[in-house]
Amino acid sequence: MSAARIPPAGTPGGSILSVRNLHLAIAGRRRHTPILRDVSLDIAPGEVHGLVGESGAGKTMIGKVILGIQPSRARITGGSVLFDGADITHLSERERRRLMGRGLGLIPQDPMTSLNPAYRIGGQIADVLRLHLGMNRTAARARTLELLHDVHIREPERVLRQYPHELSGGMRQRVSIAIAFACRPKLIVADEPTTALDVTVQRQVLALIKQMQAQEGASILFVTHDLGVVAKICDRVTVLHGGRVLEAGDTRRIVEASQHEYTRALMAATPRHDRPGDLLQPVPETLTARLDEEALAYDAAYAAAGTHDG
Amino acid sequence: MAEAAAVPGGSLPHGQGSALRRMLANRRVVLGGAVLLFFALAAVFAPLIAPHDPVEQDLLLQYAPPVWADRAEPGYLFGTDNLGRDILSRLIYGAQIALFVAVTAAAAAGLLGTALGLLAGYLGGWVDTVISRLVEIWMAFPAVLLSIVLVAVMGTGLHSVIIAIAAIDWTRFCRVVRAETMAQKQQDYVASAVTVGLGRMHILWREILPNVLPLLIVLFTLEMGIAVIVEAILSYVNLSLASDFPTWGTMIADGRKYVNQAPWLMILPILCVIALVLALNALGDGLKDVLDPVMRK
Ligand SMILES: Nc1ncnc2c1ncn2[C@@H]1O[C@H](COP(=O)(O)OP(=O)(O)OP(=O)(O)O)[C@@H](O)[C@H]1O
Ligand SMILES: [Mg+2]
Repeated sequence: MSAARIPPAGTPGGSILSVRNLHLAIAGRRRHTPILRDVSLDIAPGEVHGLVGESGAGKTMIGKVILGIQPSRARITGGSVLFDGADITHLSERERRRLMGRGLGLIPQDPMTSLNPAYRIGGQIADVLRLHLGMNRTAARARTLELLHDVHIREPERVLRQYPHELSGGMRQRVSIAIAFACRPKLIVADEPTTALDVTVQRQVLALIKQMQAQEGASILFVTHDLGVVAKICDRVTVLHGGRVLEAGDTRRIVEASQHEYTRALMAATPRHDRPGDLLQPVPETLTARLDEEALAYDAAYAAAGTHDG
Repeated sequence: MAEAAAVPGGSLPHGQGSALRRMLANRRVVLGGAVLLFFALAAVFAPLIAPHDPVEQDLLLQYAPPVWADRAEPGYLFGTDNLGRDILSRLIYGAQIALFVAVTAAAAAGLLGTALGLLAGYLGGWVDTVISRLVEIWMAFPAVLLSIVLVAVMGTGLHSVIIAIAAIDWTRFCRVVRAETMAQKQQDYVASAVTVGLGRMHILWREILPNVLPLLIVLFTLEMGIAVIVEAILSYVNLSLASDFPTWGTMIADGRKYVNQAPWLMILPILCVIALVLALNALGDGLKDVLDPVMRK
């Protein structure tokens, strides 16, 4: 594996989001721990892009960097994140705030904690509308009702006046989806938006995200560890392990004819709805050990290249 | 989190009606609140309900015993003191001073401590380091000594007592609020607020503070109890108001001198201090139970 930076593939001009050779490390007392290693991915307008990998692969971290909410100890040590053609890794607080809402949005993982317990649902949605779209009270209220209707919440007038704890998990996630789409952002990061929900609710919420996405024409970075979900709603997919992109491509090709051993292993470890009787096989440890070694070798080479450059 | 999901909707706090219902179902809140209300009404309506002027002396009527004793003087429910002043009226006006000091001192301590605690907990970094060090150094001084020194420097009087209490006890608020703010900051709703583009200070004051509020109410109530005691101690050692003002602490100090002839002079104000402090503690503890599920989801 070479540490030389691969020239950007594809045309960033056609992408709404383009992560280019991103390197990220967590700053420690003595040394930096690499978390993301040369990650590149492109998302076209209107595309649903799956980001899959096992726990600790760095999926959430990628989403956080895009949204600018990575932990303070996380250092971007190389590469860039282009949104609409402009690098967004080093925005000021003010520029970042302007980008949120109308440019970027988030569908969080846990609907139980992602809404503010102190405020009513209606107020939380209306706040966002007034902040970014400059709506007055009446307009914001009308649009809030419309949004709640769009995410299939029954009796929106009543829900408007309720507090988050008065709603079920599925309802809250619908509200979160309404907030994410409220200002018609160009890209939404959805970080395992259904893992905290019951299985039956999961399917409905997934369908809802897909429906809203199609209706509003937004792009979605869909973070999940479930290739089954990816097959259902993603146009393209990136497979991540140890902070490295192992494979990327059209969902169909990845699911049916993956080029990478790890993707195939991940697939064998994923329950399939069309073949529920299949025995699941965990990803072999020899394989993950080998991938981890590759990652370490990459780190050494990258560090060496960094010393030469500097 | 599972706990919150298990509770049926509608019967939880923050729907204002239901929070009130939960408070009324809590015995300590109701008892403590009732006693506090009793003293508060006495304080507010003191000029209307006090049968006599609390500082008016009547040297022909010294040491009149309370109604339950022999030789009680009609019109003087709790008797009179060494200068013939009406004890009941003095206790009522004493409640006024005690509660005034309690509210203002707790508010001052709370405002200062909360502001610093919120900033330290939310901003972290060097702001947190500076504020936390300050709290540690501050708390290294013995509280009672510090208050006496402060009042000695500022001169006696109600304002010095209030400033002294606030200057000592803001650390109490600061520490608790800092910890709670740090916990709230980790909550997903804060990350969500960032991702919809709300500013840092907006998030601190409008998103986090409302969730720290239940805790503040509890702290405030408990702090009022502490302030009542400190005020009583300071007036007992004559560092509060001039002694003809009817504070409970002065009454206890005066009564001590005549404890053999007229024990009620000392016992009655002591009972008032105890009742008010116990009520405030019960109320604070009860509120903690009622409001806790809000704070810890
Ligand atoms: N705040 C942090 N401080 C230190 N290390 C962190 C922090 N956040 C994440 N990491 C590390 O970064 C790596 C990637 O974490 P990340 O949360 O992105 O994984 P993930 O792919 O989302 O996993 P999961 O499926 O469990 O959510 C992990 O090794 C994790 O330990
Ligand atoms: Mg994750």
